[in-house]
Amino acid sequence: MIVQSAVSGDMPKSRILGYLITAILLTLAFTPLIFSGSQPINTAAKICIFIVLVASYDLLIGYTGIVSFAHTMFFGIGGYGVGLALYGWGPTWISAGLGLAIALIVGTVLAFVIGLLSLRVRAIFYAMITLAVASAFAILAGQLSEYTGGEDGRSFRVPPLLRPGTVLFDIPALGVSVNGRVLSYYVVYVSALLLLLAAFRIVNSPFGRVLQAIRENDFRAESLGYNVVYHRTVANCLAAGMAVLAGAMSAIWVRYTGPDTTLSFAIMLDILLMVVIGGMGTLYGAVVGATLFILAQNYLQKLMSIASEATAGLPLIPHLLHPDRWLLWLGVLFILSVYFFPSGIVGKLREMQRR
Amino acid sequence: MTTTSILAAADLSKAPRDLLPVLIAPIMVLVALPLVGSPTTWVTLTVAALAMGMMIFVIASGLTLIFGLMDVLNFGHGAFIAIGAYIAMTVLVPLSGWIQSDALTLNLAALLLAVTAAMVGTGLLGWCFERVIVRPVYGQHLKQILITMGGLIVAEQLIHVAWGGDQKPMPLPNGLRGAITIGDFALEKFRLLAVAVGLTVFTVMQLVLNRTKVGLLIRAGVENREMVEALGYRIRQLFVGVFVAGSALAGLGGTMWALYRETLTAAIGGDVMVMVFIVIIIGGLGSVGGCFLGAILVALMANYTGYLAPKIAVASNILLMVAILMWRPQGLYPVARR
Amino acid sequence: MSEPILNLQGVHTHIGQYHILQGVDLVVPRGALTVLLGRNGAGKTTTLRTIMGLWPPSQGTITFDGQAIGGRATPDIARAGIGYVPESMGVFADLTVAENMRLAARLGAPDAARLDWIFGLFPALKRFWQLPAGLLSGGQKQMLSIARAIVEPKALLLVDEPTKGIAPAIIEGMITAFNELKRERTTILLVEQNFRFAASLGDTVAVMDDGRIVHRSTMQALAADSELQARLLGLSLAAHQ
Repeated sequence: MIVQSAVSGDMPKSRILGYLITAILLTLAFTPLIFSGSQPINTAAKICIFIVLVASYDLLIGYTGIVSFAHTMFFGIGGYGVGLALYGWGPTWISAGLGLAIALIVGTVLAFVIGLLSLRVRAIFYAMITLAVASAFAILAGQLSEYTGGEDGRSFRVPPLLRPGTVLFDIPALGVSVNGRVLSYYVVYVSALLLLLAAFRIVNSPFGRVLQAIRENDFRAESLGYNVVYHRTVANCLAAGMAVLAGAMSAIWVRYTGPDTTLSFAIMLDILLMVVIGGMGTLYGAVVGATLFILAQNYLQKLMSIASEATAGLPLIPHLLHPDRWLLWLGVLFILSVYFFPSGIVGKLREMQRR
Repeated sequence: MTTTSILAAADLSKAPRDLLPVLIAPIMVLVALPLVGSPTTWVTLTVAALAMGMMIFVIASGLTLIFGLMDVLNFGHGAFIAIGAYIAMTVLVPLSGWIQSDALTLNLAALLLAVTAAMVGTGLLGWCFERVIVRPVYGQHLKQILITMGGLIVAEQLIHVAWGGDQKPMPLPNGLRGAITIGDFALEKFRLLAVAVGLTVFTVMQLVLNRTKVGLLIRAGVENREMVEALGYRIRQLFVGVFVAGSALAGLGGTMWALYRETLTAAIGGDVMVMVFIVIIIGGLGSVGGCFLGAILVALMANYTGYLAPKIAVASNILLMVAILMWRPQGLYPVARR
Repeated sequence: MSEPILNLQGVHTHIGQYHILQGVDLVVPRGALTVLLGRNGAGKTTTLRTIMGLWPPSQGTITFDGQAIGGRATPDIARAGIGYVPESMGVFADLTVAENMRLAARLGAPDAARLDWIFGLFPALKRFWQLPAGLLSGGQKQMLSIARAIVEPKALLLVDEPTKGIAPAIIEGMITAFNELKRERTTILLVEQNFRFAASLGDTVAVMDDGRIVHRSTMQALAADSELQARLLGLSLAAHQ
């Protein structure tokens, strides 16, 4: 089957999960045609971008067992690479491509160096070093304002074809006019789909199997003759490269790049929550986790604000239900899911299927 | 020599000491002098660095010991820093009479009360944290990182619930404001106090680790937990004790840090933690001596570059870390392991 | 013969997904030195670690001095009177020899006579008393590890391959030490690969293979029967003689 070969034989292994994934991908495919207004299409684009970001993170945490806190740094490198190129060299495809190429090189080289420094010592080193490097990078991006726009970031123009003013054609039956914005969305969507399938290819290749062997038991993998540091470093570079691409997608979509939207630790936490709640080491978890999380972020907060107002007279409760506190509940959910559902939603669905 | 007397003299080690890393600090201080130029600025920067280093050390020492003994890297440590500072603030604000008084004794009494409350509070919290969050995941690194990170998120959010999210002023007692001037040099009082507190914590820690049985057990446990148990010691209680002490130290350090900056936000822990991580990586995971030296190096670097090239101040510490790891991949004083 | 001090019945131990001990029945008579022989990977070390509670048994009973110790925590098993000298020796490298000994004397400082006796057995420990244990040679570390286990009188001593990688001159000293302990009526369970060393010390012997005890007899009987040796120990014997 086409689907089977597209996901490299790694099927959902749960009927409900299969339907869920299909529904998500189809809805994302038709969002600009079905929904009107800017919020649905923005949400959908954000979901696409985060699917790539979370899937690439899953390559590390789920398939290789490495915890990195620098994933947003690579995301940011992609965003800044494309964004600053479009800002500085003008809104052409050439500058976007050049910016992306530079970002990819910088990102992978950086990932390689960090890996080289820390992966041969102890896996836990990596978590700490990436945390330190990523925060330094974020602060640096905020400081070097003459190049990066500092804390304010940079707004820039995309190539003319992708601008909202460019109307390509109309679909009168749906009452939709396909403009540059819609085209941008499909650039993001198709890239996300291709990168996701590439990730499936990677984890189901012999290389991916070795990664999983290392995750299970690095001493044994080493004694079987696999070069653990080499495999970890390559996985690290691949994941970084994919995060750079996600950053580039984000830059094309939001036409802005700044420390808060691409480099902040809050995004890192979001990624962590998405991958754990979705299900580590499955890639499907990235799709489910990113979608649910972003939907919840957009719509649950509204619900909380209603609940908070409704309980306004009571002590403490309105504070706990305040929409700004939604991370509190997410944090609790996160801890509980690490304890009780370490394999996340996808793992749970697969378990149900087996029963 | 009789057997009893050699047992008593157990601490007079004749072992060769590895002093090379210690030399980095004075070299850094000396190199900075011509770069900074003005001797008074140089002294101010150096004292500021020592004060900052001591505060970071107080925070980091608990974390590194917890890691060394239990193999648990508590990413939630940052929450203890913030919560300690908030508790101290809560105690200090109603004592504004004592704080604004000109009597140094009243100033210090208020501070002592606040610090005690902060340490007791974070110690208790550490005890709960160990029981609820950490205990189920001993030996599982991936889950530990995730769980303690989750604990950090929840704790930070609870700070928002309890104290609100806006920036709060941290009242510094009157007697600790201003500076003591010796000739041309002005030394800020609070910085001197911070240095004194840091040195005291370091000395007490060294005494406990080297002169007491509990200290011996901790040092032995850092190296080989199993063997300590096989000698008949119940190391679990030691774990809990060290976790509580480490958390209380974070509370103390957090209070000092907030007083130093005179403002307080829930994110205060995150800002310090980056430096704390760099410090314990540089020092060698689990090593208290390495942590002390690492804290001084990081603070010197931060203060000198903060003056010479403020924009790259943070990056300079990353470079310091990279340089040290290239020299000694396990940190300056790696702890021996099986 | 009196009741055995240690008795393992049908002990199984799993480490992760591996089933290492598959029903070990082992009797250690009181006051004697029992040698546990067997090829690499037969489960000898796992047996000692299981007795010590470092890897809890998944099945079976372990009785020590009349009380069931299977599944109890390691410190409690140690407190019941078992000393352990692991294969890795487990000396605390950052601590001095003196500090290592101080920790081993859990109930308080060891009395001078006991310490003098230990120094008599292992003179090197007295010489390097103030040195960090990490600086000792392999043989000296082994001495320290044994000394630590006997600084307080123990009902049973578990010793895992003390001769591994140790110079012959030091092995001679070790034989003296073990004979001295035997004279003291300390029960010893010794894991060994070096048959000559084992034969010179052992009273009784058990041979392991594939996670089970496959032979039990007096050491004399096994030492006299070279055919049996060849069948039970095969390669490992050839490698050591």
